[in-house]
Amino acid sequence: MIRYVALKVGRAVFVVWAAFTVTFVLLFVLPANPVDLLFDPTELNSIPPEVRAQVAENYGFNKPVLLQYADRLGHALIGDFGNSVQSGRPVIAAILDVLPSTLILASAALVLATLIAFAIALVATATRRPWLRNLVEALPSGAVSVPVFLSGILILQVFSFQLGWFPSFGDNGVQSLILPLITLAVPVAGPIAQLLVRSFATEFGAGYVTTSWAKGATRGRIIVHDVFRNAGLPALTIAGVTFGNLIAGSVITETVFARRGLGRMTQTAINTLDVPLVAGIVVLVAVTFALINLTVDLIYPVLDPRLRASLTAGVS
Amino acid sequence: MSEPLLSIKDLSIDYRTGRSHTPAVERTSLNIEPGEFVSLVGESGSGKTTLIHGALGLLPAEARIRSGSIAYSDVDVTGWNDRKMALIRGNYVGFIPQDPNTSLNPVKKIGPQVIEAVRLNHPKSRNFLEAALESLRTAGLADAGRVFHQYPHELSGGMKQRALIAIALAGQPKIIVADEPTSALDVTVQKRILDHLVSLRERLGIGILLVTHDLGVALERSDRILVMQHGVIVEQGPVEEILRDAKSEYTRRLLAAAPSRHAGRLLPTSRVRVTEPEAQAEVLTADGLTKTYRLRGRARLTALGNAGLTVRQGTTHAIVGESGAGKSTLASILAGFTTADAGTVRLGDTELTGLRRGQLREIRRDLQFVFQNPFTSLDPRFTVRRLIAEPLTAFGLPAGDRVSELLAAVALDDSYLDRLPGQLSGGQRQRVAIARALALNPRILVLDEAVSALDVSVQAQILQLLVDLQAELGLSYVFVTHDLGVVRLIADDVTVMKDGAVLETGPVADVFADPRHEYTRQLLDAIPGARVARV
Repeated sequence: MIRYVALKVGRAVFVVWAAFTVTFVLLFVLPANPVDLLFDPTELNSIPPEVRAQVAENYGFNKPVLLQYADRLGHALIGDFGNSVQSGRPVIAAILDVLPSTLILASAALVLATLIAFAIALVATATRRPWLRNLVEALPSGAVSVPVFLSGILILQVFSFQLGWFPSFGDNGVQSLILPLITLAVPVAGPIAQLLVRSFATEFGAGYVTTSWAKGATRGRIIVHDVFRNAGLPALTIAGVTFGNLIAGSVITETVFARRGLGRMTQTAINTLDVPLVAGIVVLVAVTFALINLTVDLIYPVLDPRLRASLTAGVS
Repeated sequence: MSEPLLSIKDLSIDYRTGRSHTPAVERTSLNIEPGEFVSLVGESGSGKTTLIHGALGLLPAEARIRSGSIAYSDVDVTGWNDRKMALIRGNYVGFIPQDPNTSLNPVKKIGPQVIEAVRLNHPKSRNFLEAALESLRTAGLADAGRVFHQYPHELSGGMKQRALIAIALAGQPKIIVADEPTSALDVTVQKRILDHLVSLRERLGIGILLVTHDLGVALERSDRILVMQHGVIVEQGPVEEILRDAKSEYTRRLLAAAPSRHAGRLLPTSRVRVTEPEAQAEVLTADGLTKTYRLRGRARLTALGNAGLTVRQGTTHAIVGESGAGKSTLASILAGFTTADAGTVRLGDTELTGLRRGQLREIRRDLQFVFQNPFTSLDPRFTVRRLIAEPLTAFGLPAGDRVSELLAAVALDDSYLDRLPGQLSGGQRQRVAIARALALNPRILVLDEAVSALDVSVQAQILQLLVDLQAELGLSYVFVTHDLGVVRLIADDVTVMKDGAVLETGPVADVFADPRHEYTRQLLDAIPGARVARV
């Protein structure tokens, strides 16, 4: 068991380290002169060489690459990613400012997406009417094929401008969270629902379900007591992987709904070539992603006794 | 006499395929009286499972009952929906499913699964826990308290099947329907489970309907037998009557095909053996083979411990044992698919162990393998022509007429050349697999459970084919099987294995007549139908 946990934690640490290293190579090693990236391209030619040398000195670009790498890695370990070029604030502080708002949006969207997916799978499994099952099973692929910017604008048009139920932008309270939440959750719910519909159907045909029928159980009871837990396990894995999509999706959602957040910050950082900020964001997203998948890996043995058994057998 | 517990009259069941309906069961009737043990025998596709699923209301959505009626003790349940059938299931009729390994919920402990069966059928009962423990004990699990707190994966196949029997008994039914309850289990376990079912019938006075493909099992245990073919019951009557005087041609064929009812080895149909096997040289010898698998962590599993055998030219050497005995590991080491940790394999004068890949590849011309499952060992996208030509092209030989020749050797004609495996029956597929193995003119075939996935009558044809080919081509076989009945039909020598070790080895006649090891005696005793055959 300890071995399993150590293995999974080790893998999470590796993912974060790899993300850091790749970012470092892309942003600081590959460009011919990383100093160029720090200035507005239109003003690049008008900058005197002394200033450039000064900047290179400040950022340590004149030191050997390996030393730079060790230096940055050392600082990153204590949460220091340098200062944002645009605002001059420490990167970590700038990110932590907007992070909660994105995390709330993404986590709530994940929960909503999972709920939608389970609802679709349950209805598709429980119904005896073929037309209803076909209709419900068609929903996931529909949800996947609508891009976020389109559904976002449609939802805005209907619920905000036409009906006036929710504010069209801003980030004040729960009211303003609802529309972006739905926009972000719907496309993510698609793949989870597709997986769940299939795994519910497979499990519903499994041998132990026949045993339950023979016990005298009713359809509803079988779905709730037998199928649900077995069929729900795969959703956990895909939910972990999907979280990455949610962060990516938040770039568009936060732009459409003009919300403060990591997504919008990333967009601005890339537009203004704020290299330290981009590097910080990439590493931070990697950390979140690794943490979520680590949690999923650690929850699995709790839910599946077979996995638990093979783990304890490994220790003895 | 009271009403029959289960009475099916003129039942017809169709499957919808596209727009048309394919009949699966045609005007079938059967009765089970209290305390009666009835067996329903048929090969795959005979409609026996459809019939009992119809009786239990467990038919899939694409099946429909066209006509006829199903009644439990005078209560007509034809056309009842799930909700109403739930009142009958468990309570009145218990069901034991086919595969114990998939029929228990893997994420729940055994106890709650049995309690659920009690609770659903006797909601007013005071003490669910005690009732569940009691039915585990009745099912033959002496250590019910421990099993109660275990998960299905912590139990052996036989114990899982007993837990399923406990679940079937928990509702205190009057009749139990068992669908091939032992076909996924080893013979010695199968014997114990069947013995137990018979004793339950005597102790509790319940009726039992056993569905099986194994006529030997049916003959040995039941009061009455129904034989089903193509959705129709072609024969029914008490066991003695069927043994003495079977009315239908099909039943007589099944009786003839049952391995346990043959006294000696099969003879080649027309040709005489090229040479007498007794004088033959050793063609394949293995000595001191050991194989250990490393499990997760530091645990080790000894799959094979110091095992060996000798195959004489032109003869069949059978390796027998139950699951986990190491017989498949041994076979795959002989064929060079797995490397042994220690020990030697010699093919003629060549030592196989330690050969490089390229040299091993040349050896494959002489030594070919036939796999257990003809449904997965043939590429579904290859035509028969391409499947059989594959070993030839792999060694850069011209295919030409050789493919037709090989097909003819396994008694298939050229019309099969362009078919896909999906268009062949199980027996035909295994013939193609054998033809493919013969393509390079090998001297030795290693057959790993090559007939276990087939119905008895098909199995008998394939065994006959193997015996004929051996006589014609002078082949040597290494024949891995769990079925001692088959050993008697085809083998000259036999090696009995258990837990990775060889218990005894010798000519079949000697080992069967005078087993030296207690385990061999148990195995022989557990062959279904053995007792009946001796009568």
